Amino acid sequence: MQVALFITCFNDTLFPNTGKAVVSIVERLGHQVIFPEEQTCCGQMHFNTGYQAEAMPLIRRFVEIFSQYEAIVSPSASCVGMVRDMYRFAAEVHQDTKLANEVALLSERVYEFSEFIVNRLGIQDVGAYYPHRVTYHPTCHSLRGIKVGDAPEQLLRAVRGIDYVPMTQSNECCGFGGTFAVKNADTSMAMLGDKIRHILDTRAEVCVAADNSCLMHIGGALHRQRSGVRIAHLAEILAAQE
Amino acid sequence: MKKPESVIIELAPRFEVGAKSALQNTQLRRNMGKATQTIRGKRASVVDELSDWESLRVAGQHIKDDVLQHLDTYLVQLEDAITRAGGHVHWAKDAHEANEIVTRLIHATGSKEIIKVKSLTTDEIRLNEALELAGITAIETDLAELIIQLAHEKSSHILVPAIHKNRSEIRALFQKSMNLPDLTDEPTELAAAARQFLREKFMSVRVATSGANFAIAETGSVCVVESEGNGRMCLTMPEVLISVMGIEKILPRWQDLGVFMQLLPRSSTGERMNPYTSIWTGVHANDGPQEFHLVLLDNGRSDVLADAVGRQTLHCIRCSACINVCPVYERTGGHAYGSVYPGPIGAILTPQLVGTAHADSLPYASSLCGACYDVCPVRINIPEVLVHLRGKVVAEKQTQPQSWFDGENLGMKAMAATFAHRSTYELAQHAGQLAQWPFVQEGYIEHGPGLLGKWTAMRDFPAIPPQSFRDWWRERQRDE
Repeated sequence: MQVALFITCFNDTLFPNTGKAVVSIVERLGHQVIFPEEQTCCGQMHFNTGYQAEAMPLIRRFVEIFSQYEAIVSPSASCVGMVRDMYRFAAEVHQDTKLANEVALLSERVYEFSEFIVNRLGIQDVGAYYPHRVTYHPTCHSLRGIKVGDAPEQLLRAVRGIDYVPMTQSNECCGFGGTFAVKNADTSMAMLGDKIRHILDTRAEVCVAADNSCLMHIGGALHRQRSGVRIAHLAEILAAQE
Repeated sequence: MKKPESVIIELAPRFEVGAKSALQNTQLRRNMGKATQTIRGKRASVVDELSDWESLRVAGQHIKDDVLQHLDTYLVQLEDAITRAGGHVHWAKDAHEANEIVTRLIHATGSKEIIKVKSLTTDEIRLNEALELAGITAIETDLAELIIQLAHEKSSHILVPAIHKNRSEIRALFQKSMNLPDLTDEPTELAAAARQFLREKFMSVRVATSGANFAIAETGSVCVVESEGNGRMCLTMPEVLISVMGIEKILPRWQDLGVFMQLLPRSSTGERMNPYTSIWTGVHANDGPQEFHLVLLDNGRSDVLADAVGRQTLHCIRCSACINVCPVYERTGGHAYGSVYPGPIGAILTPQLVGTAHADSLPYASSLCGACYDVCPVRINIPEVLVHLRGKVVAEKQTQPQSWFDGENLGMKAMAATFAHRSTYELAQHAGQLAQWPFVQEGYIEHGPGLLGKWTAMRDFPAIPPQSFRDWWRERQRDE
């Protein structure tokens, strides 16, 4: 299968290793990765912050670039949620039926990385080896937005050598929320403080999630506290081998 | 932009300002954390008992959709039915009109005191203050509302208004205001003190006011759902009953109540069934109040109805499940929202009732985590409405000349222009990689400039790696 990688501007710029990990896993599983180089940003930050007029050209641009591909995979649940749910909403609000039709056709071919591996390819064990204590934070957009279910945990549990420890109250938001983290920084930090406590309680060496944006928020506090706990995108754990 | 006369926020600070001071109150944080976690657990366990919960939610949503589609018809049907049953119906376009009607009706009875059933709608129109100006004392009979009234505070939760107070705080309040110096903080003793105080009022006051949870268009029946029985006292003991209800609270048929009586208590108090459900239809000789008035309140609801996306907000049955599950509300408490409607529902309802220009920080009082949408018994897509309202806030802001000097607006426009082309996007990536060097220390930025500084004030930011993913990809393609 040809898989078009929707890297997201955020991962492209700040977390390139996540993209490399996705490429290596998808190729290891026998599929071909294509990277449409025209892609930039899906428009999520603009749209969710209220800059919808500014987001519309980015939405149209994304649809144009990705419409031709059979399967589009992204290592970001929140950007996938933007394309799958908010694009439809944006087309409706702007009463653009042409865009709405294109979005309807496109959105069912857009997958978050873990749901692509588990639900589309039907694989839980990708042949990874990661001998570390790991906990997992289900990000809001993966859990409640696009509903990936326990796909990330299925993948983690199949990793050889891993010591997977679930955290308490894992379903609670870490407080990132995009521009919320800056606009409502105090509340965001109060939420993050509780999340960090639950992570540290697991004694894990690494906190894993399906979104680097939330991980950047969590990792920002873990690093500020000199906790020694690292963050890693799920794909980076799954790419690791003996 | 709407007139401030219907504004339900009184010069409230922006959400982030109110939140900041609330977050510093450690007692409040403890009270709120404990209370919300407890009620979340109760709700989850009684909801999980029902295998058809999702179908019930869909049914609730569809009934409310139908109500909003044909609101004009159902309202007239309700008025006819109530009038036939011996009640009186009044129409109020805003808070001012509603307060005038209620004041006039109370004056006609000659009473200087009224007892009140807990009601958000009367809080919304600030009925108690209007009555006070007219020389009428309103006595709240819901225990938590009474606590708030005695403390001269505002409610911080729609269902449990005194959720921010613990029992030792309540004990101190009762000792002072009820003159009971020996009172302990035992819950039974506190309840007994309130009961003694209220019973005297139930026996002597001749007029009561209430809100309404539902009103049935086909029968003209009005319904109040409560836990304490104090509402039942107010609805049955006085001679005159005046109920104030938002126009969206209507249900078409008697059988629709069956759906909502399953949805509401489970979502609200986490009970299979609430202790007291009072339903009355007009007046009956020698049984209950002999004079009944229903005031139908618009107060901005018609404008909410006109917005295709925002309209679903009027599905709300005020259960408070979204408030209890909200991680933002859990930390800040209700006062930061500056409205009688706090939490996620308040963040979408208040700006629509008073106009986004008067409450432009509220749509941003959410991390869009979606927990509210998951628990809403009538499936209001709160995150979607929040995003929609943010769009309105920005669009309004951009019509002002100040927006040309607004850092956020300029930054967003610049970024959108950068993302519009691959070439400018890649240029910006490379510029970022180079420009960050004065701030980077061992792979992290701990003190960033400008907007980044707002982030690094509280947490570290990872440095931009020297090679983007796309540069790596290109290199790889070349090497192959």
